[in-house]
Amino acid sequence: MDFSFLFTNIVELTITGLAIGAVYSLVALGYTMVYGVLQLINFAHSEVFMYGTFAVAWVFVFLHGTVPVTQSLGSTIGLLVVALLAAMALSAAIALVIERVAYRPLLKRGAPRLMALISAIGASFALSELMGLRDRVVGWVGLRDNLDNYVSKARDTYSNPVTIQPDTVFHVGSYGVKNVDIMVIVAALLMMIALDQFVRRTRFGRGMRAVAQDPDSAALMGVNASRIVRGTFVLGGMMAGAAATLYMVKIGSTRQDSGFILGVKAFTAAVLGGIGNLRGALVGGLILGVAENYGAGIFGTQWKDVVSFVLLILILLVRPSGLLGESLGKARA
Amino acid sequence: MIRITRTWRIGVAVTAASLSLAACGSSDNSGGGSSSGGGDCKEQNLAFLGALTGDAGALGVNMANGIQLAVDEYNKDAKCKVGFKKFDSQGSPDKAPALATQIVGDKTIVGLIGPGFSGESLATGKTFFESGLPSISPSATNVTITQQGWTTWHRVIGNDEAQGKADAKYLTETVGAKKVYVVDDAQDYSKGLATVVKDSLGAAAVGSDEIQVKQTDMSATVTKITAAGADAVFYGGYYTEAGLLVKQLRQAGWKGTFMSGDGAEDPSFVKVAGAAGDGAILSAPAAPAPADFAGKVKEDTGNEAGLYTTQSYDAANIFLDALKAGKTEPKDINDFINSYSGDGVSGPISFDDKGDIKTSTIYAYMVKNGALDTENPTPIK
Amino acid sequence: MGVVRTYLDRMARRYAALPRPARLALIVLLVIFFYVLPLLRPPIITTEQIDFGGVMFGVAATALVAVGLNIVIGYAGLLDLGYIGFYLVGAYTTGVLTAYHFAWPFFLVLPLAVVVTMATGVLLGWPTLRVRGDYLAIVTLGFGEIIRLIVTNVGWLGAAAGIKDIPHPPNIGPAPKPPFDQGGLFSIPSLQWDGIIPSIDQGRDTRFLIFGALSAVPYYWLILTFLILILFADRLVKDSRVGRAWEATREDEDAAELMGVPTFRFKLLAFALGAAIGGLSGSLYASSQGGYINPQSFPLLLSILFVAAVIVGGAGSRWGAIVGGTLVAYLPERFREFADFRLLVFGLALMILPVYRPQGLLPPRRTIRARVAAKEIDQLEGRDDAQTEVL
Repeated sequence: MDFSFLFTNIVELTITGLAIGAVYSLVALGYTMVYGVLQLINFAHSEVFMYGTFAVAWVFVFLHGTVPVTQSLGSTIGLLVVALLAAMALSAAIALVIERVAYRPLLKRGAPRLMALISAIGASFALSELMGLRDRVVGWVGLRDNLDNYVSKARDTYSNPVTIQPDTVFHVGSYGVKNVDIMVIVAALLMMIALDQFVRRTRFGRGMRAVAQDPDSAALMGVNASRIVRGTFVLGGMMAGAAATLYMVKIGSTRQDSGFILGVKAFTAAVLGGIGNLRGALVGGLILGVAENYGAGIFGTQWKDVVSFVLLILILLVRPSGLLGESLGKARA
Repeated sequence: MIRITRTWRIGVAVTAASLSLAACGSSDNSGGGSSSGGGDCKEQNLAFLGALTGDAGALGVNMANGIQLAVDEYNKDAKCKVGFKKFDSQGSPDKAPALATQIVGDKTIVGLIGPGFSGESLATGKTFFESGLPSISPSATNVTITQQGWTTWHRVIGNDEAQGKADAKYLTETVGAKKVYVVDDAQDYSKGLATVVKDSLGAAAVGSDEIQVKQTDMSATVTKITAAGADAVFYGGYYTEAGLLVKQLRQAGWKGTFMSGDGAEDPSFVKVAGAAGDGAILSAPAAPAPADFAGKVKEDTGNEAGLYTTQSYDAANIFLDALKAGKTEPKDINDFINSYSGDGVSGPISFDDKGDIKTSTIYAYMVKNGALDTENPTPIK
Repeated sequence: MGVVRTYLDRMARRYAALPRPARLALIVLLVIFFYVLPLLRPPIITTEQIDFGGVMFGVAATALVAVGLNIVIGYAGLLDLGYIGFYLVGAYTTGVLTAYHFAWPFFLVLPLAVVVTMATGVLLGWPTLRVRGDYLAIVTLGFGEIIRLIVTNVGWLGAAAGIKDIPHPPNIGPAPKPPFDQGGLFSIPSLQWDGIIPSIDQGRDTRFLIFGALSAVPYYWLILTFLILILFADRLVKDSRVGRAWEATREDEDAAELMGVPTFRFKLLAFALGAAIGGLSGSLYASSQGGYINPQSFPLLLSILFVAAVIVGGAGSRWGAIVGGTLVAYLPERFREFADFRLLVFGLALMILPVYRPQGLLPPRRTIRARVAAKEIDQLEGRDDAQTEVL
C-alpha cells in the first residue's frame, strides 16, 4: 500500500480519473434511462457504445488524406463534429434496433423480465460478433473490395490517428493539466446538462418521467408509451455515441469486444449513483473513474477493479438504492 | 395461437434433417484439404491446436497461415499429399483437453503444431505425451512446460527466461537505462517475462505495476511511471496494451525508452501506438523473415503475415521434412524432431533434450518513422 | 419453434399421464442411455471435430452448475450474475488442497471444497442479500469479478500461471504404466456408425475405470453420477417446507415476511445451497482430464452464460435447467464447422427463443398453471391481447 504516492500525485490521478469517469457517465445514462422507463437492464447497451467508436473510426478512414488531421484548429473541430454526429447517429440507430428486435416483441407478449435480459444478452453477442465478422458480412453483398479499408482485419484492434496533440493547458501544483482531459470532461458535462434540461423541460421529457413513474396512468393520460420508450433508447444511444467520440479522442483504439468491460463499468456507475437517476449516473461515473485511479495508485493497477467493486458494495450496504437513490420518475422538475 | 398444420410439421422436420445431414457432410472436409494422392498413399494430416476465434483469434490465424503455406508448398511436388486440420481452442485451457483427445484419436494425424498458448499446453501435455503424438509449439514460451518430462513436446521459440535476461541486458547496457519501470498484464506469459526482466535488472528496476488485459485507460500506471522518474519502461504483454501504454506515456510527456517482448513485436503495435511508437524497442527470439516471406503468405492464404507466422511455418516444415525422409510412425517422427537441425525462416533450429530450442538468439527490433523495421534487428548477445 | 413448443408440452402431459412404474422404468432407461451415450456415439448427435466424451463432460458440468444456479434464480428469485465465483472457489479449493500446497486425497477434498464454497456463499450472501432485485445482480457480478481478480493476483493461489497437475480421482483396478499399458480392469469399446449401421470402433476404447489423460468418459460418468444425486436432493428440498418458503419469498417478499417466513434466512440458504453445487461442479472440473486451472477459465462472460442456461431452460424447473445447461454447452461444440459464426448464431438464438417461448423451454408446472389462469381471467374480463406479467 502506497498512500504517499496517492497524496503526492493526487491532482493528476483525480483529473485523469475524472476524464475516464466522464465517459462512464455518458454510457451509464443509457442504462439508467432505459431502466427508469422499462425497469430492465439493457445488457446490449455496451454494443451501442462500441458501434459508436467504430463510427468515429470510419469517419477517420473516410476522410483520410482529405483533411489534415492536426493541421489547424478549424479542421480539427470540423473533424470532431463530423465524428460526433456520425457516432451519435449510428449509436442511436443501433439502440433503436435493439429496442425493436430484442425488447418490443417480448414486451408485447408479456414475457417475464428475466427473459428480456436473456434477449438483451443475445443481442449483445450478436451485435458484437457482427462487428467482428464485418469483413464477411460485406463480402456476402459483394462490397468486400470497395470497403476494404473499413472492414479488413475485422477482429483486430483498430486505432485512430491522434486528433488532438496533448498539451499542457495550466498547472495545478506541479502537474500540468492536459487539454485532452479538460476537453473530455467539459464536453461530457455539457452533454449531460443538455440531456438533463431536455428531460426536465420538454414535452417528451415530461412523458418520459410520466412513463417511468406509472406506465398505466401515463397511457391513460394520453402519453404514447411506445413512442416514449423508443425515444428513450435513441437518447441513450446518442449519449453513448458522444461517449464513444470522447473515448476515441482520449484512447483512440477499439475492437469488436471493447464494449463489454466498459459496459460493466458504466452499469456499475449507474447503480452506484442510483439507477434510474440521471444525475446519479453522472455522479456515479465520475466517482467510479476517480476511485479506480486512487485504488490503482494505492494498491497497484491490478487491484483497481476490486477497489471499485468493493466501493460499490459498501455504498449499496449503506444506501441500498445508490448514492442519489431517486428514480427517474421522481426527479424534481 | 397459430394452428400448426401437418404439412408445416413435416416441412420443418425435413429441413432440420437436411440441415443436420449437410452439417455432417461438411464436417469431414472442413479441416482443410485432405490428402488425396496416389494409390499407395496413406491419408496424412498435420494438426494445429490453438485459438482461431475469440480474443486471441488473430494470433492463431497468423499461425495457421504459416502452416498452410508450408503445407501448400510441400504438396506442390509431393507424391503423397498432406492435409491440414485446424482445431480451434479459442485459447482456453478448458476446451483444449477435449480437442487433444480428438486429435490423438485421429490416427491420420502425424504431428501437431501447437498448442498455441502456455495454458492450453499445460492442460493437454499429458494427453499428447501418453498417446505419443509429437508436437512443436510455435508460441508457448512458459518456462515450466518443458520441465514436465513430456518427451514429445517441442517448441521453436526461445522461452521467457532467455528473452527476459537478454532484454534486461539490452536495457542496462545498450540503452544505458538507470531506472527501469516494469509493467505487465498479469497473464502467464507476460508475468513470466516481466518477472525475469525485473530480477535480471536488479537495482535498476525502480518499480513495477500490473495492468489487466483489455484495459484501455492506463492513466494510473502512467502517473506511477512518471512519478518514479523512470528513464525506461519494460512491458510484458501483447501489442494492443503495449501500444496504448506507450501512446499514453508520450501524451503525458514522458521521454524515456519503451521496450517490450515478442508478444508486442507485431506491425499492429505501431498501428495502435501511432507516432508515439517511434523509438520503441521490441525484442523477439526470432531472426527477421526473408524479404519475400510476407508476400508468399499473402499470396497463398490471402492474409497478412503477423506475429508467430514464421515460427509456425518452421514448425510445420520440420514435420514435412520428417515425412519427406520417409518417417510415418509417431516414434520415428519424434526421433527425427529430436535430432533435427536446420535453418528456418525464424533462425537456426535444433532441440535440446527437454524440447526447448537450443540456440535462440534474441533480436531487438526497432520502431522507426511510424513502422516496425522487421529487416534490420540488432541481435542481443 | 411452434412445433417444438407443442411437442414439448404434449410430451410432458403424456409423461405425467403414465402409471408410476412405467414412469420409473422410463427414467431408468433414460439414465442408462445417458451413461453409455459417449460410447454409443450416435450419428448426428456426436460431435465430429472435438472429442465427444470431453464435450459430454462439459455438458454435464454445465448442467450441474445450472441446477445449482436454478435454486438461486429459479426457486428463490435472486438474480445472481456472479455465480462463476463459486465455481471458481470449488475448483481452486481442490487445486490448492490436492496439488498446489497440500497433497490430500481427492475424495477427502471434494466434500471439503463443497463446504468451503458453501461457507463462501454464506459469507457473501450475509451482507449482499439485504439489497434487492437488480442491485443484487450488480453486487453479485462485482463479487464474481473480485474473486477472479484475487486468484489472478495472489501468488499463494497460483496467480496468472494457475495450478497444474491436479490429481485425478483414484482409479479402480491396476494403475496405468504409460505409454503401452493403459491399466484398468477391462476395456469398453465404443461404436462407430456408417450411416445407420453400427460397428465396433477399435481405436477408441475406454479402460474401466482409469481416470487418465486419454479418455474423458470416466470423468463424465463421475460427474453424471453426482448430477443424478443432486437432482434427487433438489427434488426433496424443493418439495419441502424450504421449497415453499422460497416460492413465497420469490413471489412477494413482504407478504411472505408478514406470513412469518424468515425470508432473509431462506434466501441465504438458497444462496448457500446453490453455491455448494457450483463448488461441487468446480471441484470436479479442476480434477478433470486436463488437471489444470487458471484464472482465465472463469471469465465474467461464462457467468452470464450460466444465467442464460437457467433462464433459457425455464427458471424454476430443474429439468429446464438441465436442458438449458446442455444446450449452452453442447450446441457451440456440435456446430464447430460454423467456427466463426458460432457466437453470432448463439446470440441470435438467444434473441429468438424468448419471443417464441417466453417462459423458457421447460417452464415449471406452476408457471404453466399460472399462465393458463391468467389467460382465463383475461378472457373473462374481455381483454384479448392483455399484457400479463407472470413472473
